[in-house]
Amino acid sequence: MKVPRALHTRFPVGLSLGKPRDKEFQDEVLQAAFDLLAEPEGPVIKEFPVSISATGGEPLLCPLPPRLNTELHPAVDEAQALRAAYDRAYEKNQRTSIGMQISPDQVPEALGRFVRIVEGEPWDDVGFPAGSMYGTVHDIRCYYEELACQLADGPITPWATEEWFYDHTEAGQIILKARRTMRDEEVDQSIWFGLAPAGRQ
Amino acid sequence: MSVFGKDEAAIGKYAASVPVPEFDTTSFNEPKPLNRARVAIVTTAALHREGGDGFELGDSDFHYETLPRSARDLALGHHSVNFDRGGFAADINVVYPIDRLEEMAENGTIGGVADHHYSFAGNQSETVSEIRLDSGPLCAKAMLAEGVDVVLLTGT
Repeated sequence: MKVPRALHTRFPVGLSLGKPRDKEFQDEVLQAAFDLLAEPEGPVIKEFPVSISATGGEPLLCPLPPRLNTELHPAVDEAQALRAAYDRAYEKNQRTSIGMQISPDQVPEALGRFVRIVEGEPWDDVGFPAGSMYGTVHDIRCYYEELACQLADGPITPWATEEWFYDHTEAGQIILKARRTMRDEEVDQSIWFGLAPAGRQ
Repeated sequence: MSVFGKDEAAIGKYAASVPVPEFDTTSFNEPKPLNRARVAIVTTAALHREGGDGFELGDSDFHYETLPRSARDLALGHHSVNFDRGGFAADINVVYPIDRLEEMAENGTIGGVADHHYSFAGNQSETVSEIRLDSGPLCAKAMLAEGVDVVLLTGT
């Protein structure tokens, strides 16, 4: 394309500056980009000397709350118990990416709908408006990922919050189960495929 | 089966298959010294103010959002399930290094931070005609009117 000045960084998607919460590293990336301004002619592409792998980073160390209300499904109970952590994250950051389909208040109820799918109810009987399931899972995942960054100790490495959500939370597990249930019942793939990254089972 | 977003080989193969326009020449100039330059950010993270309309799903939303310098109530409009949003959730600067620029202005590395910054969706059309012929020039005009000297493009 003959871009005038470009710094080629081998960082995973979503991490333009490489490392969240690492001011020093971010400054190094920015300085390397600004150094290109001194180049007398272009196009010029330079390689940033440090690469970051999408895999193999430290897992997220994020404690999950004990059961509070054993009458609720564990995923619903968990989401309710984590609300205070979400509120603290929001208060600190003053931002959220939730809102594609539901609000934070609706997260437990939305998870309850996935529980009903796993328990055998048809997906279109549990209260998901047409085309809303994808955005609902987006918002549930944002709820968990945003609060996890508030609760977690240590760095936030590539894909660590995604792995924590799907592998370790009741919410992620029930969404994966609902996805498999719909797949096994031969529901149209467009309904369930996007509820987890491609490649997850 | 590997998860797509973590599979660097698969991403590389996909990226190599994305059509890009070819240009015969390079638009190139020499800006004023960095310590006197006013810097703006243009990101393709589809950032938008919380509560705003944001960006639509699919590849037909070519508009851009104007982000005031002071705005931090920003949502990530990159909705793909195959996208890692954890970094942004932890630190807005990993996508949109606005606080880093403020620090660089304060310590004299750059001349100043623009009052407005800009956000596009990365999923443009295959010809990228809309951003080349319409939204791109419009955004550039806004930056020129504000006296921006250097634009930092952060892709996601």
